[in-house]
Amino acid sequence: MADTRQIRARKGPVTYFLRFFVIAYLAVLVIWPLWEVTSRTFAPTERGAEAGVAAFLERLQEPSVSYAFGLTATVAFWAVLINTAFGVGISLLITRYRFPGRRILSVLIDLPMSVSPVVVGLALVLAYSTGQGWFGEALEEVGIFIIGTTPGLIMATAFVSLPLVIREIVPVLEEIGTDAEMAASSLGANGWQTFRRITLPSIKWAVVYGVVLSMARSLGEFGAVKIVSPGAEFRGETATILIQNRYTNYEEPTAYAAAFVLVLASVLALVVVSLIRKEDHA
Amino acid sequence: MTETLAATPGPARTTSRPSGLFGLTPTSGIGLGLALVWFSVLVLIPLAAVVGAAAAGGWGSFWNTLTDAQTFAALRLTVLEAAGVTVVNAVIGTVVAWVLVRDHFFGKRVLDVVIDIPFALPTIVAGLVLLSLYGPESPVGINIVNTRQGIFLALLFVTLPFVVRTVQPVLLELDADVEEAAASLGASRLTTFRRIILPSLVPAIAAGSSLGFARAISEFGSLVLISGNTPYQTEVASLKILKFIEGDNQAGAAAVAVLLLLVAVVTIVVLDLISRRVARRG
Repeated sequence: MADTRQIRARKGPVTYFLRFFVIAYLAVLVIWPLWEVTSRTFAPTERGAEAGVAAFLERLQEPSVSYAFGLTATVAFWAVLINTAFGVGISLLITRYRFPGRRILSVLIDLPMSVSPVVVGLALVLAYSTGQGWFGEALEEVGIFIIGTTPGLIMATAFVSLPLVIREIVPVLEEIGTDAEMAASSLGANGWQTFRRITLPSIKWAVVYGVVLSMARSLGEFGAVKIVSPGAEFRGETATILIQNRYTNYEEPTAYAAAFVLVLASVLALVVVSLIRKEDHA
Repeated sequence: MTETLAATPGPARTTSRPSGLFGLTPTSGIGLGLALVWFSVLVLIPLAAVVGAAAAGGWGSFWNTLTDAQTFAALRLTVLEAAGVTVVNAVIGTVVAWVLVRDHFFGKRVLDVVIDIPFALPTIVAGLVLLSLYGPESPVGINIVNTRQGIFLALLFVTLPFVVRTVQPVLLELDADVEEAAASLGASRLTTFRRIILPSLVPAIAAGSSLGFARAISEFGSLVLISGNTPYQTEVASLKILKFIEGDNQAGAAAVAVLLLLVAVVTIVVLDLISRRVARRG
């Protein structure tokens, strides 16, 4: 053993070359661009103006920017809520019950993660848009419009982040087995009591973890939302669409500021996720 | 983050225990019914609508859409770029994982976090981040907008974590004994790597590469700002779909979308096969 450690620990020119190469690669690809975005976010709005946080906040105070972030928050909230309820339910069904098609269902559940966001948007349009969708006319008659409205944005967002909660819960449910649940029900607990007292405490952290991941994904969704949204100012312009619109309209400072908010949100999600992991293993 | 971890072919995946499964009760039956209705409304029916729209004009028009010179050029560019990125990632991803596991130096943990950033960032922000350093106002004088190199760089950025995160856990669990034996028998470090370490990494590299390939084929958000969308030059499949939708050519969009869906399904199947094969070998 000691011998291997020596072999593994021996540092030749190759080790230093690889180390240098990896650092340089990550610096050029990720670190330097991130640094550049940050410095542009906090650059002064105009020559001689104040730089730093003040300049950054000034860019975020436009009403259309607040509207975009408000819409994104609303959409993400509902999408995460729906996905959590659906995710917990379907995970329990897949791991605890036997029914025909169970295996196919558990494979199909993963599909939304690998479908291109543009295809997701297109699929919702082809099914539900008033002009071209399969059910467009039927929905129009009862006064429901999905494409181009907030419910459409929520559906697109829920679609792309659908498997995240399920993927966290299913392994935990399989790991803990059914012994405790069986014992509870044999002692006379009903289904709801068993779930609340036995199952829920053991999947608690998996649910929280899944919710954080879905939240991060929902806040940043772009492709699917772009297709189903009118994407105009004050009309379905989410934060990510705002970034695109402002950048292409040469209002780069606003685009950078909005992007920085989303960068902060995703870094926060990374931190929370790593904290939960520690908590879970403790 | 979990996107790759969930698909990692590893021993962690426990098989479900048939003995612990219950038959459906009335309550869980209703739950299953509701879950299936929602899943169909959100995912299955819209995806079926895409296939339906692609098939509506018959095989002939489907084929004509895909072989149209401009569409075909977009498809070819997408596949070539994705394949190139996959090869680069297979090599560099393995090197990065190697350095993160075997080398020890100040700041290594920071690099470990940096790997996750491309996953956590919203795709449109990823595009913006790259443009801040390599865009029209580049401080280093490189402008990647509307170039094939730009598309390549964006794809490298968004697919960075896939191979690293699948190879890393396998490298961590490698048994030191075999390497020790090889070294004590006089094998050089290169030989040890090539004959002993690499073969056990191959399934993980393959799994990470196929995830990365699928992602690169379907990538949209990070390319919107970078690819100039010039026909025959820098137009990729997902942006071609957007152009079809904006030009009100739903059938064309659906035809390309079906192709992307097919890639997604094939990737899921390949990953399932790889993970089963690894599980069987123990």
